Amino acid sequence: MKPYAVIGAFLVIGLLLPLMTVMAATLLSPRKPNPIKQDIYECGLKTVGETWVQFKVQYYIYALIFVIFDIEVVFLYPWAVAYNQLGLFALVEMLIFAGILLAGLLYAWRKGVLSWV
Amino acid sequence: MTAEQVVFILAAIVTLGSALGMVTTRSVFVGALWMVAVFGGVAALFILLGAGFLGIVQILVYIGAIAVLILFAIMLTPRVMGDPQAPRYNRQWPLVAVMASALASLLVALVLRTDWPVAQEGTPTIAGFAVELGKGFMTTYILPFEVASVLLLVALIGAIVIAREE
Amino acid sequence: MEALDRIFIRIGEAFSAFLAQYLPGPAVTVIGMFLSAIIISTFAALTFMLLTWLERKFVGRMQDRIGPNRVGPFGLLQPIADAIKMFTKELITPAGAHKVVYNLAPILVVAPALMIFAVIPFGRDMVAADLDVGVLYLIALSSATEVAILMAGWASRNKFSLLGAMRAVAQMLSYEVPLVLILLTLVLMAGSMRLADIVAVQGVPFALLQPVAFVIFVVAAAAELNRTPFDIPEAESELVAGYHTEYGGMKFGLFMMAEFIAAFGMAALVTTVFLGGWRPWIVPLPSWLWFLIKTYLVLFVFIWFRGTFPRLRIDQLQAFCWKFLVPVTLVNVIVTGVVVTFFPLVRNGELVVRGVGGWITVTAVYLAVNVLFALVVAWLYRRPTLQAMQQIQVGQPAGRGLSREVQTA
Repeated sequence: MKPYAVIGAFLVIGLLLPLMTVMAATLLSPRKPNPIKQDIYECGLKTVGETWVQFKVQYYIYALIFVIFDIEVVFLYPWAVAYNQLGLFALVEMLIFAGILLAGLLYAWRKGVLSWV
Repeated sequence: MTAEQVVFILAAIVTLGSALGMVTTRSVFVGALWMVAVFGGVAALFILLGAGFLGIVQILVYIGAIAVLILFAIMLTPRVMGDPQAPRYNRQWPLVAVMASALASLLVALVLRTDWPVAQEGTPTIAGFAVELGKGFMTTYILPFEVASVLLLVALIGAIVIAREE
Repeated sequence: MEALDRIFIRIGEAFSAFLAQYLPGPAVTVIGMFLSAIIISTFAALTFMLLTWLERKFVGRMQDRIGPNRVGPFGLLQPIADAIKMFTKELITPAGAHKVVYNLAPILVVAPALMIFAVIPFGRDMVAADLDVGVLYLIALSSATEVAILMAGWASRNKFSLLGAMRAVAQMLSYEVPLVLILLTLVLMAGSMRLADIVAVQGVPFALLQPVAFVIFVVAAAAELNRTPFDIPEAESELVAGYHTEYGGMKFGLFMMAEFIAAFGMAALVTTVFLGGWRPWIVPLPSWLWFLIKTYLVLFVFIWFRGTFPRLRIDQLQAFCWKFLVPVTLVNVIVTGVVVTFFPLVRNGELVVRGVGGWITVTAVYLAVNVLFALVVAWLYRRPTLQAMQQIQVGQPAGRGLSREVQTA
């Protein structure tokens, strides 16, 4: 439990340090808002059109593939830690597991989803 | 009250409060951010239960992958992302209310009726949780482990088929 | 020597003994935990100030400029002048921004960067939280950063911010995969996710046993940190400043702080898992000093990258990750799995390599396999490499980024 308590302390300090920095800056800095200053900075010009534009779906596909690989790796880490206590059988098992995913990656590659079109 | 109880109450408040924030906010994006906070609170609860590995994996998979994916999906849908005044309700709300309260009462009944085992001295920590998990994958749970990789492959192919522009 | 090596541990022990005279045991433990967090965070913040100076000075020299030289000797007081400026600039919340999310993002981006140092062993027995899942914890932290970046980009309500955030997060997600796969390889060799254990088994630094993985790790780390040549999320020529375009004053300062501290943390991670962490190389200096020397060496390489390489385009960047780094690192996991079966470093949680001869054998075997692996990879990728080199010679236009990302439907 102890290491997690230390991490909790780091979380608290990690949030407090920037918070106090911003608060100190708020106290030290001047405050003279005006409409032009508050305007959105887009190279100094007035914003043209709607801000929230449609992005390429490609971003989403990368995120999808990432989720798959992320979960795969979470499965493989316990295997990697336990491997030095297991035999050749575990290696074969991992080869099948990783092989199936490699096949998935190659499939995605062949389908052209990894390319930015 | 022990320190662990204090942390538990804090984590529970964060989890439940964020869940409440998520369903009451009008902005879909802010709702997704509340959900991230819920995941964080659940991770803290896992860690308190002595399952540090699961707690970290909860952050890794649910915040790092799934929540980011949801945020991406919202950002790719400009109409949803840019609408801060989206309605809180639609016409289905009475039906959903009935279903939700039924589920809630079922859960409460189950929680009350279960005879929870109580740890004797403090929280039991599982030494080498990840190692035991890895051994389990390679021995008892070998079939689920390999099936998981097939499931991931199917998910990958499905994602590609659905998301590809045609 | 021994005393100097353990000086920080001794000071800590003496301090808790002093506190124990006045306070009950649990209170001393809690104060000790918070104090270690405060000291390490302060150290990180000071390192940030030093790094801004170092980076500007080094890049200046590499580009045949002098760099900061006006404030103090060698411009050493420049970071302090910058800090004063940051503190006294007006904090603006732009109109149309989501106020809460906008102001929360810079705070949430700093916290994970500082939390990296909780599990890094700075020296012999000098680790704040000796976590058994340390490697996974570090990966989880970078996910938290991604959420904060998306918050900043969305809440600013600025096209450039939003696009910068999308780019940054897409890039961090993609490059996380090779990083995680390489760490998996090292965990496989060390048989533990605890960083202290990974340091303990490095009788020979893993950089020698896994040179291919080492090179890929440093490159992917630069991308994960959004540093040049992978800094398209904040490409000045296209996007003003990326996801923090709308931030000014100290709020902007916090983003810079998070970036530099994360760079320092990544360098510390490279040192820990590849360069033997605090283990001295030949010269017997205190372990924490060796750790700092190695970390600054890695940081220098990051700065060197910045002074040397031009920026990539987003399609090149993603293709490089998914079509080269991910397959290569995934196959490397499999290859290493086979090698570890026959030449294990660790068996049943015990280091099994004995003596100088044992280490020479192990190093020779791993190095040979790696060189062979690198040759096979080079042969397999010979055509795309040649194509890329031709493209560079022809001089493909680089500024097509924006039109490539916005949907034209």
